[in-house]
Amino acid sequence: MPETSYDLIVLGGGPGGYVAAIRAAQLGLKTALVEREHLGGICLNWGCIPTKALLRSAEISHILHHLDQFGFSATDIRYDAGKVVARSRAVAKQLSNGVAYLLRKNKVQVFDGHGRLAGKNRLAVAKNSKPVTELAAPHIILATGARARSLPGLEPDGQQVWTYKEAMVPSAIPKSLLVVGSGAIGIEFASFYRDMGAEVTVVEVLDRVLPVEDEEISAFARKSFEKQGIKIHTGATVKALERTGDQVTAHIEAGDKASEIAVEKVILAVGIVGNVEEIGLENTAVKVERTHVVVDEWLRTGEPGIYAIGDLVGPPWLAHKASHEGIICVEHIAGVNDVHPLDIHNIPACTYCRPQVASVGLTERGARDAGYDVRVGHFPFIGNGKAIALGEPEGMVKTVFDSKTGELLGAHMIGAEVTELIQGYTIAKTLETTEADLIRTIFPHPTISETMHEAVLDAYGRAIHF
Amino acid sequence: MPIEVLMPALSPTMTEGNLAKWLKREGDEVHSGDVLAEIETDKATMEVEAVDDGRVGKILVPEGTQGVKVNQPIALLLGEGEDSSALANVASPAPSAAATAVATATATSAPLSSTASPPDPSAAAPRTRGNGHDRRIFTSPLARRMAQQAGLDLAAITGSGPQGRIVKSDIEAAILAARQPAAAPSPPRAAAVAPSIPAAPALTPTSPTLSSKEHVLALAGNPPYIERPLNAMRRVIARRLTEAKQTVPHFYLTIDCEIDELLKIRAELNSRSEAYRISVNDFVIRATALALRQVPAANASWSDEAILQWDTVDIAVAVALDDGLITPIVKQADRKGLAMIANETKDLAARARAGKLKLEEFQGGTFSISNLGMFGVREFAAVINPPHGGILAVGAGEQRPVVKNGVLAVATVMSCTLSCDHRVVDGAVGAQFLAAFKKLVEDPLTMLL
Repeated sequence: MPETSYDLIVLGGGPGGYVAAIRAAQLGLKTALVEREHLGGICLNWGCIPTKALLRSAEISHILHHLDQFGFSATDIRYDAGKVVARSRAVAKQLSNGVAYLLRKNKVQVFDGHGRLAGKNRLAVAKNSKPVTELAAPHIILATGARARSLPGLEPDGQQVWTYKEAMVPSAIPKSLLVVGSGAIGIEFASFYRDMGAEVTVVEVLDRVLPVEDEEISAFARKSFEKQGIKIHTGATVKALERTGDQVTAHIEAGDKASEIAVEKVILAVGIVGNVEEIGLENTAVKVERTHVVVDEWLRTGEPGIYAIGDLVGPPWLAHKASHEGIICVEHIAGVNDVHPLDIHNIPACTYCRPQVASVGLTERGARDAGYDVRVGHFPFIGNGKAIALGEPEGMVKTVFDSKTGELLGAHMIGAEVTELIQGYTIAKTLETTEADLIRTIFPHPTISETMHEAVLDAYGRAIHF
Repeated sequence: MPIEVLMPALSPTMTEGNLAKWLKREGDEVHSGDVLAEIETDKATMEVEAVDDGRVGKILVPEGTQGVKVNQPIALLLGEGEDSSALANVASPAPSAAATAVATATATSAPLSSTASPPDPSAAAPRTRGNGHDRRIFTSPLARRMAQQAGLDLAAITGSGPQGRIVKSDIEAAILAARQPAAAPSPPRAAAVAPSIPAAPALTPTSPTLSSKEHVLALAGNPPYIERPLNAMRRVIARRLTEAKQTVPHFYLTIDCEIDELLKIRAELNSRSEAYRISVNDFVIRATALALRQVPAANASWSDEAILQWDTVDIAVAVALDDGLITPIVKQADRKGLAMIANETKDLAARARAGKLKLEEFQGGTFSISNLGMFGVREFAAVINPPHGGILAVGAGEQRPVVKNGVLAVATVMSCTLSCDHRVVDGAVGAQFLAAFKKLVEDPLTMLL
């Protein structure tokens, strides 16, 4: 029987929780982690990782259908949807096992079950509604994550109307698909299914796709998606879903115009809500606002000894943000010197559609609204040798500087491999570099990263290759 | 690349100084340790030593230049094998001086390119080079530029970033603090910054409009006058003492000490040896130090967080100069005998008048003494020299009628007035100190123990 008394208990084994637990163990805290389903959480099992595996298949599909430009030809290109999904599941499984190993290696005690706060400094663990054990620790971190939001009239049924979870394990690629919501999750599925051959329609309530991104990036992305054959309705809402045999008829309203579309499947991607239920918050001073737990800069809730991190505490709903919060929270608990709160402007965000989108910091509009006098730089992939050689000339980089201080306020990228590049700007922002340091930095040739340099140069009227 | 010799910061509060004299000329060989130039600072003349071997390539700031900003390049040294053609690669001195120069530098900050890119402050990082004060300041490039734009001295800002690095938010806090009226209670961070930015108008104690030359001439009715330029020391005296009178709540306690016995013992001691010549002031220094030891609460300074009661007794002694005054310090005066104090004060005063005091010899101290007895002043009240908690003003020893046991007599009496910072020293504590001081002075043999 494992011990029940710990220095720290983490509830939830996602990218926030397991990283927090490992860091706590590194700092010498006796640590327990409670997870009800699988280690690695949504990110690793039903989110970031398996979708990347699927999108890799989609990318290969795209290349196979454009072999001619690289001097190849092939006939009878076919895929097995079962194998595509199986590979995605295998990747998730491998990494989940990896997390279990890491926790073991760091001597984090893992409890399989559902955790619930049970009085001061106590957490009860149950499996299939049967009590397993009760744990005690002076510090408890809640990292229970979030789940897909559903809207009235648009409830998923798991058969024809999917959430991300069903969309990740299709038995076959549908001929036609409606994606409701054009945030990162919706757009990634739209991109995947389109590259796998489905007719895809996207409905977005706001006036542009990827609405949290810079307006120019949204416009660029929309143009690119439409060129690929994705139909996009913005400023539109799905009023009702009517199931008729094998089809779902969606009633769409855009302004005063109503239309109907019949599709095989629907994916709902209209935001997420925090998992604040069934974890025993009722008799605590933990404050919940709009399904998210309210915390301070050190991730403390209103209840002493109770902390919350990750998706549970609100946007941006990103795994790396959760991990980072976990580390800050634990280091602060352990009294580590030199711990600094998270700066929301330095959290990069990536969307793995084709073309990829990545950004960090303020959009141009956000910067102007915040009162900055901005300097903006642009650089298109068409001016970059490596992008052209790769056959990926579609893309651009945009930088936003404070014209007074030269602070890099934001960077926005769309195009091949930009998700791997955004860290360069993130480092720059974290170190508080100005345009002077970026201009002086030598970027290797030939790489797509040169577009990042040029976009900085352009903001100061000095772009070389455009 | 030629090495830039930067205007050194010889004290934490120094923001500018005068380049008094060049001891090397362009083309001269220099070796590490050679004296390159003399800098006239707040209170003294200091020497700038070379840290590198080489040759003086170019003198950027001619001697006699006033108000040279700290960290401004003052000369270029050529390294081994470099000839003067290397100088061509160095930007003209004015823009690079903008690295630490304050707002006034904006007019000269046109960089090489025609675009509006601001001058790159990281090219000349705030790193003092010249006399061993080589403290590197860790700061983000953005914070450095913002500090430059706001005219803030990075050396006075406490960093809150990783490993104490100065980051954007620290500069924003400092700018905010500088905007607050001086009287408003400032947050701790602001407190760290405030003393370092005398140039910020909001912090200048005397309103620039009220004491501007134009305004003063108008108030005086435009009589004829000669203009005596303000040197660095005069500016510091004006600033610090105005600040002291405006921010330190002074009160004053006066006591009369009979010193006939002291004078007798002094004459006797001085007749014994040629190795020292003890003055009345030396007795006063020793008595003050011992009295502070007995009443440690008077040997203390105010801070926003706590009263700091000092473990050592370091007495700052005001010395008049032709164009101002300076306060060299007799350190640990309570542990020094009269002869030692006498020799030390004599040496310090001589070097003070020659402008040759080292920084550590006049910075700091825990308590001050000002003696105007030699000018015949009977008694006076001195202005506290922050952060000291008190200053003792010593008058002339003169024969006065005194009444002893109902009988009129004549005694040599010296009046001493203690100015106290009431935040630190209350009336009773000040009185206790003066009583202890009087007892020592009137029974000087106890001072010899």
